[in-house]
Amino acid sequence: MGLAAYALALVLAPLLPGVVGRTRALMAGRQGAPLLQLYRDLGRLLRKGAVYSRQSTLIFRAGPVVLLAAVALALLLVPPGGGARAAVAFPADLVVFVALLALARFATVLAALDTGSSLEGMGASRELFFAALTEPALLLALVVVARASGHVSLSAMLGGELPAAWARHGVALGLAALALFVAVLAENARVPVDDPATHLELTMIHEVMVLDHSGPDLALIEYAAALKLWATSALVASLVVPVRADAAWLTALVATAGVLGVAVAIGMVESAMARLRLERVPQLLVGAGVLAAFALVLVVAG
Amino acid sequence: MILFLAALGVLLAGGLGAALAGRRAALATALGAGGALLGGGLGAAAALAGILERSSTTLSVGWGAPFGTIELNIDVLSAVFLLPTFLVPALAAIYGAGYLQHWRHTRSLGGAWFAYDVLVASMALVLAARGTLVFLVAWEVMALASFLLVTFEHERLEVRRAGWIYLVATHLGTAALLVFFLLLGGAGGDFRTPISGQGASAVLPGALFLLALVGFGTKAGLAPLHVWLPEAHPVAPSHVSAVMSGVMIETGIYGILRATLLLGPPPWWWGACLLGIGVVSTLVGVLLALAQQDLKRLLAYSSVEHVGIMAMGGGLGLLGVAGGNTLVALLGFSAALLHMLNHSLFKALLFLAAGAVKHATGTLALDRLGGLLRRMRDTGAVMLAGTLGAAALPPLNGFAGELLLFAAALAAAANAPLELAGPGTLVLITLGLAGALAAAAGVKAFGAVFLGQPRGPEALAAREVKSPMRVPMHLLAAGCVALGLFPALGLVLVARAAVVLADGAGPGMMVAVDAALGLARRAGYAALALLVLASLVALLRRLLLRGRSVGAADTWACGYEGAVPRAQYTGSSLVQPAVAFFKPVLTSTRPAVVPPTGFHPAAASFRADTPDVFRHGFWQPVFRRLAGWLERPRALQHGSTHLYLLYIFVTLLALLAYMRGWSR
Repeated sequence: MGLAAYALALVLAPLLPGVVGRTRALMAGRQGAPLLQLYRDLGRLLRKGAVYSRQSTLIFRAGPVVLLAAVALALLLVPPGGGARAAVAFPADLVVFVALLALARFATVLAALDTGSSLEGMGASRELFFAALTEPALLLALVVVARASGHVSLSAMLGGELPAAWARHGVALGLAALALFVAVLAENARVPVDDPATHLELTMIHEVMVLDHSGPDLALIEYAAALKLWATSALVASLVVPVRADAAWLTALVATAGVLGVAVAIGMVESAMARLRLERVPQLLVGAGVLAAFALVLVVAG
Repeated sequence: MILFLAALGVLLAGGLGAALAGRRAALATALGAGGALLGGGLGAAAALAGILERSSTTLSVGWGAPFGTIELNIDVLSAVFLLPTFLVPALAAIYGAGYLQHWRHTRSLGGAWFAYDVLVASMALVLAARGTLVFLVAWEVMALASFLLVTFEHERLEVRRAGWIYLVATHLGTAALLVFFLLLGGAGGDFRTPISGQGASAVLPGALFLLALVGFGTKAGLAPLHVWLPEAHPVAPSHVSAVMSGVMIETGIYGILRATLLLGPPPWWWGACLLGIGVVSTLVGVLLALAQQDLKRLLAYSSVEHVGIMAMGGGLGLLGVAGGNTLVALLGFSAALLHMLNHSLFKALLFLAAGAVKHATGTLALDRLGGLLRRMRDTGAVMLAGTLGAAALPPLNGFAGELLLFAAALAAAANAPLELAGPGTLVLITLGLAGALAAAAGVKAFGAVFLGQPRGPEALAAREVKSPMRVPMHLLAAGCVALGLFPALGLVLVARAAVVLADGAGPGMMVAVDAALGLARRAGYAALALLVLASLVALLRRLLLRGRSVGAADTWACGYEGAVPRAQYTGSSLVQPAVAFFKPVLTSTRPAVVPPTGFHPAAASFRADTPDVFRHGFWQPVFRRLAGWLERPRALQHGSTHLYLLYIFVTLLALLAYMRGWSR
């Protein structure tokens, strides 16, 4: 089940940005790009050659490779949803998950600095700062779930006992889910933290870091971003949809629907609000962390 | 034990030989570095034997000494710390032989090598000494030898100032240790014998623990006693910084752990105390590391952070013992010890790499460097390995220790009662915040020095260093990679010591050891899988690009080509948002701006410094007040002979009056 779900995620992940984009378009009364747009983009990029900056070194070329490897490995640890186990699960695997995402960021940021471009440096700077605030919020939200379920592995704490935990610690888990959702928005560079659709370099974070990548490298980056969106959305979906089914196909359906639902939710957030001013973003992220901390107090006390 | 004594003998012989060689640089280097290399090798073998053997070996000298016997003992805890203590200086000595060449005509290298070998021997003796007298003498020799090495370039004012701060700090710590050992001896204990139940009053163990925390914590560089560390480590020659930051500060951690073994079952507040200090050290260390603009100062503050992580591990371990939670206790202590081992490798490597940068460019100012990876490939590669290790990212070796600490904290936070869950959660938040900030500091250190374009003429002219300096860096990097890919190996080395430390927690030790080993193994699998996956992706890209056009162009700077080196983001600008956000903690950040003015602006400047919060906010006022008090009696010292005659007269009168009163 775990490996099958992993393969499914690898195939379906590029669908998610399409779902988010289509939701935004529908909310704005436009028709929008096709759902499968990213597949087409990836195919086109993979058929191209590449251009590398003369100022850059091996670090620049290693960036997308490490990024994709780390994210693909992290996805292996994420339970697909519907209470099913991930392909790999062990105690404290959530730490490995967070560390792999951190490694992916490390590689991207170094590659950005390697070009010597001031714009990419700007993106790197913001990415590092926001990550420092996102990571504690993400961890705390997961700790709330761990405490509520009594398990320390992602698959176990989002597994069979989650419905019972919801019954006991509903409010706390709700707050944790909210914090987790904000952390997911930040981690995937979505509105209100970052806007992947904008092309004003000065306002971007993630997009500006990858300005110099081209061809297959850009494809690797785009695909890794889609995988990361899938992995983190699956976490949120597993938490907020504690539906348990008997049949495997039903579980797969619940899981996939949950992930797509989170993508729709992201799209709705993106159309409902604008990107925050840069100096307001830390407040949002710290707010998410405080929310998770409050939830933790509720769980421990309750 | 014979190997250990042989190692000490070789070290001392090498040091003495170097001292006698004096100004004959080649001979002094050969004897000093050779002694360190050979002695270090022998000692590492002794340490390995100590780890693998079931029983500990003891050497006791028949005659007694004041405050206890003369006794050496290598048990498993000592052996675990002895391993890096011999290994790292041996490698750093090869490097030092190349590094010190720069001074071979201007300075007597014999003295430097003498101090170096004595430092290594005294560190080893500190870890093996059980009698109070031997321990304190070795401790003091260690402090003095390292002081001599720190002040190697004593003609520079900042070096003398740093040496002075170090000397005062280390002796304040020793003062606390002196009281610690006096009280310990009073209760019938020394570094071998636990204090006996009947000799000890109720408050004595607690007082002893606090004294050990202050005394050993000063050496370890735990906040707020860390202020000497970012002063002393950057000014020392780089191979000495590597030994001090990689190994010497860990004797402080050893002292704290050893002390907890002697003082009986730990109450809850000991663990909470150590953990709290660890949290403060970690956060202060990482935040100040982030804000530094000198590469070696950044690394020194990173050491404060990592010592804090070890202290958090020890604290969780103590809490686990106090709460009877074997899993938390064992995971906590294993995390502290494994991280100690890993830190000694990657931090020594980072300091050596920083020394190579200094050697090649003459500066460590981050904002003047850049683009060195094209000019110094080897140094850049090992620096990247060290940076990944220090940022605790897979697949390098820093990750496994932090994973164990995370696991201990998670086990405490998820399943334990409040008195364990609270500290566990605190550790989780701290690690989450510090992990991301440490990665940012690593990006800053590596990125500003090695990536992008050179920002100053120094970086433009850099050349790779010679092979005596490169080889030890490669060896240390290989160690980091090996322990990153096979962290279970490192855990096996420290596991028995962790079991000894966690012994009081209760049943279930084997289960806990299995859990720790399983986790370390998984960290290794993750690292290996990462390498395999990355190779596959790289291969895929190579296949895709075969036969297609792969062009080279200047960096796209949005609207024009070719980035301007001076317009690059610098290390300071990279971390500016974070530093500004944490201003409430980094209170002393003071940007000095000279803005451009008028229609024909002259040169403008911007300068931002982040001095140490504790040094300026706490220690300087304290010492200034102290100096003020000590000034007062100086009014008596007038310099006039008449006045002194009057003093004598008054004293005589007083004595006479006293005698009269006495006889009556």
